[in-house]
Amino acid sequence: MATELEFEKKPKAVLAFIDSLIMIKRSSQHIIRNTDQLLGTFFQPIMFLVLFAAVFGGAISAALPPGVSYLNFLMAGIIVQTVAFGSTTTAIAVCNDLQKGIVDRFRSLPMTNLAVLNGHVVSDLFRNSISTIVMLLAGLVIGFRSGASLADWLLIVAIILLFTLAFSWLSAIVGVLAKSVEGVQWLTFIVIFPLTFASSAFVPTQSMTPLLKAFAENQPITHVVEAVRALMLGTPAGDHIVLSIIWSIGILIIAVPVASWLFRRKTSN
Amino acid sequence: MPEKEYVIEVKDLKKSYGSNNVLKGIDLRVERGTMLALLGPNGAGKTTTVRILSTLLNYDSGSVVVEGYNVAKDADKVRSVIGLTGQSAAVDELLTGRENLVMMGRLYRLTKQSAAARANELLEEFDLVAAADRPAKTYSGGMRRRLDLAVSLIATPPIIFLDEPTTGLDPRSRIAMWDIIKRLMANGTTILLTTQYLEEADQLADQIVVIDGGKVIAEGTATQLKNSVGKDRLELTFRDAPALAAAREALDGELVSFDEKEHSVSIAINDTNEDVKKALDILSAKKIELVTMAVHKPTLDDVFLALTGKQKKEEA
Repeated sequence: MATELEFEKKPKAVLAFIDSLIMIKRSSQHIIRNTDQLLGTFFQPIMFLVLFAAVFGGAISAALPPGVSYLNFLMAGIIVQTVAFGSTTTAIAVCNDLQKGIVDRFRSLPMTNLAVLNGHVVSDLFRNSISTIVMLLAGLVIGFRSGASLADWLLIVAIILLFTLAFSWLSAIVGVLAKSVEGVQWLTFIVIFPLTFASSAFVPTQSMTPLLKAFAENQPITHVVEAVRALMLGTPAGDHIVLSIIWSIGILIIAVPVASWLFRRKTSN
Repeated sequence: MPEKEYVIEVKDLKKSYGSNNVLKGIDLRVERGTMLALLGPNGAGKTTTVRILSTLLNYDSGSVVVEGYNVAKDADKVRSVIGLTGQSAAVDELLTGRENLVMMGRLYRLTKQSAAARANELLEEFDLVAAADRPAKTYSGGMRRRLDLAVSLIATPPIIFLDEPTTGLDPRSRIAMWDIIKRLMANGTTILLTTQYLEEADQLADQIVVIDGGKVIAEGTATQLKNSVGKDRLELTFRDAPALAAAREALDGELVSFDEKEHSVSIAINDTNEDVKKALDILSAKKIELVTMAVHKPTLDDVFLALTGKQKKEEA
């Protein structure tokens, strides 16, 4: 053993923070290395955007407020849908780690185990940001235009990031509970799919049946979509901005401790 | 004589899952700088023991002390002095070998410089330099196992747990792994190895503890264990059937077994010098010509089968 080893001598809290940074770096490296997921990150959003705009555009435009193109209407919805689905990669990553025994390795080290969750959730934020930027650029190419100011855009970014964070933590709970990656995919599919489609993401809610409309108008995804859409199009946002932020923070207040507790319980016996 | 220093001390360790008693009171002691092999068939409780010793699993009763720390109370302190290589190679498949090493080193609280320097050293030592910057998922089984072991050595912990480090490896990779483990031992690392391969325990370990059904059924050095079950055997082969028949008659009383087809007999011997000489004297007195002669020590396989077989009978 030639090398004289030096160990970090920092307070416990600082070391725990460094653990999270190390795990964030690891999970972020996964974004680039996992080529299948990379396809999902780049091409799926473009495909959805182009398909929805081309297929539904003509039929739905009549139901839209005068002067609003379907592409401009769709942009907010497709971004929120993409991040909602994108957040499920946290579940897959957490489940994978637990299945493959690398969590056991981490647990045999003098590190903070919860850093594993932090790593996946934060890298999910990065990946979803890339997806969103790709979608916005693709949108600009095919004709999306927004009159939003810089302040509006900052607010849009804040709302979307907060929402992504909230859904990623929900997703982390699923990842800890699931017994297999296939299980995760099914579970997220039957939750996220109805949530995004029974919302104002792709069509206005006016034409929905009363029950569906009541559901659609009072669930978080619609509030986030409506807030982002109003900011992008310069239309009145009503209470959607406040409600979307309350929803996201509310989810975080519950999901973070629950996911952490479940993860700790799962990894401690 | 200096007093022996035990780095790992396990007393009456018990663990059950519901009504399934996995460990029924295990006692182990590992002296500093030595290797103890925990030998047993699948389901004997080897992995459960290692998981408890490496703080991954709680136990019901007994006491487990590693490097002076109680694993239940001072898990973090234990974690900073141990390295664990699991059965399923737990490395990050998407990261490269080097990235895995540096990451684990950092999580062991090594500084960036130390982690990077030590990673280089280990890549060299484990013959992984060429593959250092390739994702681990492209590695062969043997390379992955080497990386897995390298990862557990990144902070040079004084104690290493090797949980079936060669299971599923081809013979060449197995021997390469043994060489690495021998080098570790030469460096003074204390090792607890689990294995189902007797040859592995025989080759590497200072002390062997045989467990089956969650209990220690035998312990000692490889030689002691072999002596405890079987005596040495003298095997004699003759030219033809008449010679064999004559030999059988002459050696009557000492015979263990004979083989008509091979024209051979086996004799149990207590004292190699004395008994071999006696047998040869008898044969030469009767003018019976020998073709081959060999002394066989009982193998650990004999020991293992004898012990685990006995165990089964007691339980029945």
